[in-house]
Amino acid sequence: MDKLGKRTMLLVYALIIIVPMLTVIFSTLKTTSEMYANPIGLPETLNIENYIQIFNETSMGTYFKNSVIVTIVSVFFTLFFASLIAYAITRMSPWKGGIVFGLFTIGMMVPAQVNMIPLYSLIYSLDLTNTLSGLMIVNISVTLPVAVFILTGFMKTIPKELFEACTIDGANNWQVYRRIAIPLSLPSLSATAIFLFVMHWNDLLYPLLFITKDEYKTLPLALLEFQGQYMTNYPMLFTGVMIASAPMIIAYIFLQRYFIAGMTAGSVKG
Amino acid sequence: MKAGKSIYLFLIPGLILYLMFFIYPTLSALFYSFTNWDGLTADFDFVGMANYVEIFTKDSIFKKAFVNNLEFMLFVVIFQTLFSLVFALMLTKNSTASIFLRALYFFPTILSSVSVAFIWTYMYDPNLGLINKLLDLANLEFLTMNWIGDGDIAIYSISAVQVWFHTGQMLIIFVAGLQGIPKDLYEVAKMEGANKWQTFRKVTWPLVAPAATIVVAYTTIQSFKAFDLIFAMTRGGPNYSTEILATLIYNTAFRSYRFGYASAESVIFMIVIAIITFTQMRLLRSRA
Repeated sequence: MDKLGKRTMLLVYALIIIVPMLTVIFSTLKTTSEMYANPIGLPETLNIENYIQIFNETSMGTYFKNSVIVTIVSVFFTLFFASLIAYAITRMSPWKGGIVFGLFTIGMMVPAQVNMIPLYSLIYSLDLTNTLSGLMIVNISVTLPVAVFILTGFMKTIPKELFEACTIDGANNWQVYRRIAIPLSLPSLSATAIFLFVMHWNDLLYPLLFITKDEYKTLPLALLEFQGQYMTNYPMLFTGVMIASAPMIIAYIFLQRYFIAGMTAGSVKG
Repeated sequence: MKAGKSIYLFLIPGLILYLMFFIYPTLSALFYSFTNWDGLTADFDFVGMANYVEIFTKDSIFKKAFVNNLEFMLFVVIFQTLFSLVFALMLTKNSTASIFLRALYFFPTILSSVSVAFIWTYMYDPNLGLINKLLDLANLEFLTMNWIGDGDIAIYSISAVQVWFHTGQMLIIFVAGLQGIPKDLYEVAKMEGANKWQTFRKVTWPLVAPAATIVVAYTTIQSFKAFDLIFAMTRGGPNYSTEILATLIYNTAFRSYRFGYASAESVIFMIVIAIITFTQMRLLRSRA
């Protein structure tokens, strides 16, 4: 293929990404009639009315806060528990470690729709519906398999002698984990963290199952319900999209390389 | 020196959560699949294989969802793999322009499915949407369609969104594979007088095949799990035309309150995914 054809293809695909994104951003600054008349153009004025309206008409602040709490707590504990398990697997005898590793990684093959029905009744019977903690517990449990998989793969590359030398020097397991395993695993921990951040922040299924009260909704679930409230009022829907996506977009702009590495690690192994 | 018995303590917190909130519900799904539980009341009866028999002999909607799922999978796997490979070949070098384009193409991956669903519900809107507007402007009115409202094409319209959503992510896997190909091989091919197509067939393709297997495997599984996107765009409608297994299970359980029956559907769903995964793992092994 010649250079011109190649550049045209790349440009066309870039436009297929950019045009919808710019439409979203510009629409949030337009009234509905302005948007319908002129969907792609720049807004006539910098009108932040939609943002004010969405915070007034909905509990956007609460949804945002819920998403932040659920995501941070879920990511932290998934990483903490998974790294403990990964460390244990690398230090146990190969066959015992292999059993634990197999037990967790088999979970990567189970789609969420398989256990969601019993999970729903379990959460209900534990009285954890409409609580953020119920959501976090489930988030942590379902993302442990992939996190254990990635972290174990990495910890296995740390020379065993390093752990053993510390044990001989009198360090207990907790100290070896804290001072050797964790600091040396930072690259894979941060990659896994980004993967989990995107996953938990964007998750729809579990809030949909467990949350019905407005005060416990997270952003994706709240957004979904804006559909009923705003119908084809796309400027308002897109204002919701912008607020819900803003933290990820800002993080992506600054940490692009880490995002791409982290999410690819998750996809190859997940 | 061994780690000692205290190492087992490290397993406890994760293992408890995993067994209680993952393994136990997964096994319960199997149990409930033999019952007529409605999810609302505490009592239910064992119905043996009745749910499975109904699914395979009477349930035309399950069959439709299964076929839709296969169509969705084929469309997404073909186009997502093709696009990500073609763009990866164009963007293999680490020049400023290709790093920028790779980051741009990757961008949709970080958005939530609900956000992507809203963006494309608008793009596809028959009256207000950008696609039909642009077609009008280009004097191509005959191509304007009710993209997700018309049951004949809705599943393909959503497949295209899935491709838009994840092509950039698969592209990165291909780029990593392509960058690992030794440059000398291309020089040898050039000296031997190979043309571009021959070079691709004989040098690039065999060496990028492992990456292709990963991309195809991941894309296949991803297309079976595309619950969020379809749920937020059409809820499986119009008239079940975009229902896939994942949305069907949700709807059977939480709309029709047939928890036992939905559990049987989910067990079949898991078996389908397991078969696909095992087949692909064998292919992956035979390649490596």
